[in-house]
Amino acid sequence: MKRVNAVVVGAGAAGGIVAKELATAGLSVALLERGKWYTANDCRKDDLRNQRVTALGNAFGPEDEGNPRVLVDAKGVPHIVLASEGGYQNDAACVGGGTLSYGAQAWRYMPQDFRMRSTYGAPQGSSLEDWPISYDDLEPYYDKAEYQIGISGDYSGTPFKGPRKRDLPMPPLAPNREFEILWPAAKRLGLHPFHLPMARNTVPYNGRGPCMRCRWCCGFACEVDAKNGSQNTVIPVALATGNCDLRTECMVKEILTDDQGRARGVSYFDANGHLQEQLADIVVVSGCATESARLLLNSKSKLFPAGLGNRYDQVGRHLQGHHYTGAIGYFDFDTYDDVGPGASIAICDYNHGTPGLSGGGMLANEFIRLPIHMIDRLPENTPSWGPGHKKAMRDWHKRTIQVFGPTQQIPTATGRVTVDPAVKDKWGMPVVRLEGNVHPHTFDIGDVQAKRAEAWLKEAGAIHTSLATGRPETVSASQHQAGTCRMGNDPKGSVVNKFCQVHDVDNVFVIDGSVHVTNGGFNPALTIMAVAFYASDALVHNWKGTGFRS
Amino acid sequence: MQSKNKAVALTRRQFVAAGVLGGAALAVGCKSGNQGNWDFLSDGQARTLAAICDQIVPADEFPSASQAGVLTYIDRQLFRHYRRHRDVYREGLEHANELSRKRFAKDLAEATPAQQLEIVSALEKEERPFFDLVRRHTMEGYYGSPRHGGNRDAVSWRMLGLDEPPVRGRAQYDMRKGATS
Ligand SMILES: Cc1cc2nc3c(=O)[nH]c(=O)nc-3n(C[C@H](O)[C@H](O)[C@H](O)COP(=O)(O)OP(=O)(O)OC[C@H]3O[C@@H](n4cnc5c(N)ncnc54)[C@H](O)[C@@H]3O)c2cc1C
Ligand code: SF4
Repeated sequence: MKRVNAVVVGAGAAGGIVAKELATAGLSVALLERGKWYTANDCRKDDLRNQRVTALGNAFGPEDEGNPRVLVDAKGVPHIVLASEGGYQNDAACVGGGTLSYGAQAWRYMPQDFRMRSTYGAPQGSSLEDWPISYDDLEPYYDKAEYQIGISGDYSGTPFKGPRKRDLPMPPLAPNREFEILWPAAKRLGLHPFHLPMARNTVPYNGRGPCMRCRWCCGFACEVDAKNGSQNTVIPVALATGNCDLRTECMVKEILTDDQGRARGVSYFDANGHLQEQLADIVVVSGCATESARLLLNSKSKLFPAGLGNRYDQVGRHLQGHHYTGAIGYFDFDTYDDVGPGASIAICDYNHGTPGLSGGGMLANEFIRLPIHMIDRLPENTPSWGPGHKKAMRDWHKRTIQVFGPTQQIPTATGRVTVDPAVKDKWGMPVVRLEGNVHPHTFDIGDVQAKRAEAWLKEAGAIHTSLATGRPETVSASQHQAGTCRMGNDPKGSVVNKFCQVHDVDNVFVIDGSVHVTNGGFNPALTIMAVAFYASDALVHNWKGTGFRS
Repeated sequence: MQSKNKAVALTRRQFVAAGVLGGAALAVGCKSGNQGNWDFLSDGQARTLAAICDQIVPADEFPSASQAGVLTYIDRQLFRHYRRHRDVYREGLEHANELSRKRFAKDLAEATPAQQLEIVSALEKEERPFFDLVRRHTMEGYYGSPRHGGNRDAVSWRMLGLDEPPVRGRAQYDMRKGATS
């Protein structure tokens, strides 16, 4: 195997961008992805097997067979979970990672989201911190992500946002019926609704056509390729340079190090299960928060007995996602128009600034629902089976609106990823073990957010509402997982520096959701992308051929 | 619409009989070594399961679970994705029948609809893991994609008033400007 300048682990949101940025700067890149590269042909719209309803498995990886994880419950009892079960905290495993099948909401965090500790102080028992970089540092890279990935929407309706230099490159989709219902209601309440930002073509862009507004969007790949992920934007550009070699169905086992404690490359199992070595000047880990932490922890050597980058026992800590809460409104008129992607209108009035609450989150209408989504979302007191349930499905399927939001979680040091001492995957590698939880104040905030969603729905004319809140006993990190390799200036309290470089191994980088210190009150992908552009820029800038400028 | 009315006109027993024929065609090569007409279930188990599923989604103007192919869905998945649930099904179905025999001196499939409802309600209280599993799988079979053998002819989607096949591609013609502040 030819030595390369950089090996990138994972071809997801961040990994695709890193590969493209390095390859266009002239570095040779091996991009290793454990999953497959799906084509439009594989992108079936299956209500029971997609990345959101996983009754019959994950459509875009990983498969149940041979990929277990261990979830430790609130009583400390470990349970083996399958990849298609909720406790697994899956994102995806394929070229594009989560961005092949995501809902594609493409949010910028707010300036305060990078300054959570300074803004609120850390609640006792939490590990709330500031990022070592600011919104202003990232702004040019948000812009880059918005234009290179392709984002539509219109922020003009809200004053609650960070400064931006120019508008989004594409206008929003025409409003769906839920938008028309929720817009005037929000206005009456004195709120500031707007067309939420989406990584979705609404006009021809980047050589591909616009969204045709089908019923199967969030959790599915787009058969007309109008949804913009790394697989149809940056990765093709990386490959076109001739400098990037994408290898699919290649599972990276560990990062190899030399006697001086620098990385030599990685070892991985190829598509035939053979162990290979890829030597490289730099290793970039972009495997998504849970798997990136696992890879570091599984990369043990004499110099790094507890795993690479883990000298101070920081790898895997501060695991977070979002605490989703909201409300369902039931109407006496049709609210459903069968027009995807569904989510269309948002408010950011409640992200920050409520006295007594250390944060908040954006609220938006949900993605277009499938019948199977509705079976447990009927009005309270509906029987859960039998004739009453069937009738309620008929009565309400087209007459509900769901307003939900990603409540920003308050991380803890004990909510974390480790590797299980006993359970191994099909390659014989110790699997992810998830334990602990986020700080309980998170749930207080979520309760308030749900009430706010309910008030909006009532103003819009809902005749009944039900609140969707909860106090989950285990961490909920899944699709929005972040935080396991914290970015920081203090090597004792973080894993990477502000350029995503592992503190004590200067040629290993972690670039993906793992580095998020906090995860904003928004879906995380655009921030992951912006950080990937930003960190790649610094990497290329500091690169001098075989090492780094000092 | 015609085919839907026809499905409604079949009684459950006739329908199970029809399912049996369909199942026979499927079972060529006899993957399970199962002597009956299903991939995993025995004919007796299938009858018991049909009685339970049809309480969970009963017939009204629209077909019941078994009429819409839910048994085919569950049976197929017990051979595929739900292999891990086989024991729960085996024991749960056995228990349901025992309960029916104890209370009514007949198999669940032979009991009256009111008696079947009583047994399924008892299962919901006493056999929660089994009941929850069957409920979930029945809903999946009834409201999920037809490709897996349930929701035959997309009957539940039509029931909800959804276009089938769905209308696609109209967005290109919708140039309305959204509201802005
Ligand atoms: C159904 C769904 C809906 C979503 N909706 C939204 C949304 O609307 N807005 C939003 O912002 N976010 C959304 N997300 C989340 C978003 O997709 C993720 O936040 C994002 O993709 C994470 O980026 P990442 O680079 O950290 O990891 P990923 O994109 O997950 O990429 C990591 C890749 O690394 C690979 N990998 C991991 N370990 C190894 C290894 N050892 N060897 C080789 N390869 C490896 C994985 O297979 C994977 O492909 C959604 C996700 C899903 C699944
Ligand atoms: S709603 Fe639009 S972007 Fe989403 S899958 Fe359908 S066509 Fe593609």
